[in-house]
Amino acid sequence: MTETAKAVILHLGLIAVLFALQFVLPAYHHGNMARVMVLATYAMGYNLLFGYTGLLSLGHAMFFAAGMYGMALTVRHLGWTPPPALLAGLLSGAVLSALVGALALRTVGVAFMIVTLMFSQAAYLTILYFTTWTRGEEGFVLQQVQRVFWGIDPSDPTTRYFLALLVFATCLMLSLWLVRSGFGKVLIAIRENEDRAQMLGYDIFAHKLGAVVISGTMSATAGAVYALLFGYAGASFAGVQYSILPLLWVLLGGAGTLIGPFIGALFTFYLIDITSGYTSAYMAVVGAVLIALTLFARQGIGGEIRARVWRGLP
Amino acid sequence: MLASLEGAVTAAVLALTAVGLSLVFGIMRVVNVAHGEFFMLGAVLAWWVSSWFGGHVAIGFVAALVIAPMLVGAVAALADVTILKRIDYDPERTIVVTIGLLYVIQQVVLMTYGPEARPVEPPFNTRLALPWFEWGENGLQLYWPWGLSTTSYKLFVIAAAAVVLEAVWLLMRHTKMGLVMRATQLDGEMAQVFGIPVERVYAFTFGLGAGLAALGAVLIVPIQQAHYLMGGDPLLLSFIVVIIGGLGSLPGTVVAALLIGMSDGIISVFFSPTLAKILATLLVALVLVFRPQGLFGTRTA
Amino acid sequence: MSLLSTSGLSKEFGGLRAVHDVSFALEEGEVRALIGPNGAGKTTFVGMLCGRIEPSAGTVRFDGTDISRLPAHRRIRAGMAYTFQITSVFARLSCHENVALAVRRRKGNVAKDVPEALRRVGLADRAEQLAGDLSYGHQRLLEIAMGLAQKPRLLILDEPTQGLADSEIEDFVALIRELKAEATILLIEHNMAVVMEVADAITVLNFGEVLAEGAPAEIRANREVQAAYLGTG
Ligand SMILES: Nc1ncnc2c1ncn2[C@@H]1O[C@H](COP(=O)(O)OP(=O)(O)OP(=O)(O)O)[C@@H](O)[C@H]1O
Ligand SMILES: [Mg+2]
Repeated sequence: MTETAKAVILHLGLIAVLFALQFVLPAYHHGNMARVMVLATYAMGYNLLFGYTGLLSLGHAMFFAAGMYGMALTVRHLGWTPPPALLAGLLSGAVLSALVGALALRTVGVAFMIVTLMFSQAAYLTILYFTTWTRGEEGFVLQQVQRVFWGIDPSDPTTRYFLALLVFATCLMLSLWLVRSGFGKVLIAIRENEDRAQMLGYDIFAHKLGAVVISGTMSATAGAVYALLFGYAGASFAGVQYSILPLLWVLLGGAGTLIGPFIGALFTFYLIDITSGYTSAYMAVVGAVLIALTLFARQGIGGEIRARVWRGLP
Repeated sequence: MLASLEGAVTAAVLALTAVGLSLVFGIMRVVNVAHGEFFMLGAVLAWWVSSWFGGHVAIGFVAALVIAPMLVGAVAALADVTILKRIDYDPERTIVVTIGLLYVIQQVVLMTYGPEARPVEPPFNTRLALPWFEWGENGLQLYWPWGLSTTSYKLFVIAAAAVVLEAVWLLMRHTKMGLVMRATQLDGEMAQVFGIPVERVYAFTFGLGAGLAALGAVLIVPIQQAHYLMGGDPLLLSFIVVIIGGLGSLPGTVVAALLIGMSDGIISVFFSPTLAKILATLLVALVLVFRPQGLFGTRTA
Repeated sequence: MSLLSTSGLSKEFGGLRAVHDVSFALEEGEVRALIGPNGAGKTTFVGMLCGRIEPSAGTVRFDGTDISRLPAHRRIRAGMAYTFQITSVFARLSCHENVALAVRRRKGNVAKDVPEALRRVGLADRAEQLAGDLSYGHQRLLEIAMGLAQKPRLLILDEPTQGLADSEIEDFVALIRELKAEATILLIEHNMAVVMEVADAITVLNFGEVLAEGAPAEIRANREVQAAYLGTG
C-alpha cells in the first residue's frame, strides 16, 4: 500500500468512526462531540501555521472571532440567512489574516508571538468597545429561526452533530491534500530550515503569508460554524484564553500531524469537562498540562505515533 | 496637576513591574508571560501577611513589604530552576511554559484565596493639600485650594519606587553582582567559561524580576484591592513599556513607564479607557513591527 | 559578455570592511576558485552575489541584468544555486525530499531528477534516510546534490570539501570536472590541491580586496599571494 493510500484510509477511517459514534454515543455526548469537532477544526487551522510552517501565533482567537462575528453580526443586524453569513465570516477571517500576516510577518520568533498577541488583544478590545452591537463579554444569542437554512435546523442535536462532522471532515481532507501538495511541502521546508528553503529559490514571505491566510480562514470557518451551531457569539471567544487553547490542543495532540488537533481538542475538552465538575479553577489543569508537555512530551501524542509506529504519518 | 500625581503613582508602580520584566528579558532573553501573576501574587501575599500580623497596620504593612517580594522571588527562582532551566531557555518553549505558569499561579490563588477582592489598609494616609500658584495683583501668589489634595501614602509610593529603582541601578552598575549579571547578558556561554555561576545568576535574576513586580503590587494594594485576576493589566502595560522603551534597556524602560503611566490619566480624558487600551496595544504591535529597537533605543534588539 | 559581474561591491559590518570595492567578472562555462585567508571576506562576497547579504555599496549583474535589488529567491530563480559553508540541509526530511524540494521549485521531473542528482554525488542508496542521520561528509554531498538538482547556470560552492574524506574529495573533483559542461562554477576552497586541479582561474581575496587574479600557475607564482596566503614565500 502506498503512503498516500495509507494516509487517506487513516483519515477517512477517523471520519467514519465519528459518523458511527453518532448512533452509539448517549445523547449527552452529541453536543460535546459537535463542539469538539468544531474546536478541532479551529485547532487544525492553527496547526497549519504552527505545526507545519513553524510559526507560533498567540493571537488566533482574533481569527476565530472574526468568523464568529462575521457570521453572527450579519445575521443579527442585517438579517442575513446563514449561507451568506457564513461566507461573510470566512471572508472576515481571510481579510483580517491577510492584514495581520502582512504586518506580523515582518517580525520573527518571539516578536512574532507578541505582535500576534497584541493584535488579537486589540481585536478583543474592539469587540468590547462596540458593545452596542456586540453585547461585549455577555454576548448575544442567535434565535433558532435565524439559524434555519434550506430546511436544515442546526439547533437540532443530530443535525448539529452531522453539520459539525461535515465541516470537520472537509477541513481534515483539505488539510491532508494541502500538506501533501507542493505548497504544503514548502511550508514544511520553511519550518525545518528557512534559510535553506530560501536559497532553493522559494519566496519565504509569500509562502508564510499564504499559510497565515489559510490558517486564519480555517480558524474563522470554525468560529462562524460555532456561531451557527451553538447560536451564540461572545467576546470571551476573542480573549487570550482562546488563543492559548489551540496551542495547547495542538501541542498535546502532536504539532504537525493532521489527527493531532482532534486528539488534543477531544482530550482537553473532556479533561476540562471533568475537572470543572470539581473546581471552578479548571484552568489550572490547562496550565499544568502545558508545563508538563513542554517539559516531557514535546512531540505530543501524534508525534509519539510518528516516532514509534509510522514515520509517514502526515 | 492632580491627574499627573495620580499618574505618577501609576507610573511608579509600573516602572517597578516593567523593570522586573525588562531585567529578565535583558539578561536571560526570557519573555516571562507569568510576570503579571507574580505581581498578583505579591498583592495577595501582602493581604495575607498584613492580616496575619496584629497590632498597628503599619507593622503588617512593613512586614508585607519585606516578606511578599521575598516569597514571590523565591517562588520565581524555584520555577526557574525546576522548569525554565530544564528547557534550556528556548525562547518559544519558554513562552509556552510561562503561559502554563500563569494559569497555575492564577488558579491556585483562586482556589486558596478565593474570587473576592480584598483591601489592605495603608500604614498612614494623611490628606495633604497641595499648593497652587497663580498670578494675582501682587505677582505670583501661593494658594492652598481645597480640592487639590493627595494622601501622604501616594507620595510615599512614588518615593519608595524611586529609591528601589535607584537601588536596582546601583546594583547593576556598581556591584560585583551587577557586573556578573551584565557579563552573563553579553554572552552566557562565555560567562560560564570564565567561571561565572550562570545558573545561579539566572535564578537570582528571575527571582529579582518577579520580586520587583511583587514589590510594586504591595505598594499598590492599599490603593487598589488584591484580586486573583489583577495580573492582566500590569502584564500588558509592562509589555508595552518594555517594548516601547527598547527591549532590555533599563533607562528606556523607566522613561517609557513614566511616559505611559503619566499619559494614562491624560489619554483617558480624551478617549474611553477601552479605546485608549486599543490604541496602546496597536502602538506596541506597530513599534515591534517597524521599530523593534523601541521608540527610544538605538541598538537593534 | 560575462555571466556574472560586480562593480565596486563593498560590505561594512559596523566599521569593519569585510569586502571593499570588488569588481569581478565570471565568464560563462568557467570554473573559478575564490581563495583567501580566514576572514578575507569570501563568504560575505558570495553572500552578496546571491542576495543573502545586502551590500553597503556596488552592483551585481547576472546574465546582463542588474540584480542588485532582487531578493535572494529571485536570484536563485534566475539561475544561481548556493551551498552553505556551514552545512545546511533539512535534517528531519529524507534525502529524497531534500533534493525533491530543489527539483520541484523549477518544476522539474521529481521521479527522474532526484535519483539522478543523488547518484551523481554517490548517495543513491540513501534516498530514504533522514538527512540528519547522514555523516557530516554525506550531508555536504547532499547539499551539493540539492545544488545540482536545481540545474543552475551558476553554482556557488562555499568550501564544499571541508570535512570530506580523501576518497570523497577525489570523487568531488571528478564531479566538478563533469559539471563544467553544464554550469559555471564559483568555488570557495581552502584545499589548494583541489583548486589547482579544477580551477580555470583563481581570484585571491585578502582583507576584503582582490589581491590577485589569474591562471592557477600565475597565482602560484605570485609573491604577494604567497606572502598573504600560502605562507611559503
Ligand atoms: N554578520 C556579520 N557581522 C559582523 N561581522 C561579520 C559578519 N559576517 C562576517 N563578518 C566579518 O567579516 C569578515 C569576513 O568574513 P567572511 O565570513 O566573509 O570571511 P571568509 O573569507 O569567508 O572566512 P573563512 O575562510 O573563515 O570562511 C570577518 O572578519 C568576519 O568576522
Ligand atoms: Mg567563509
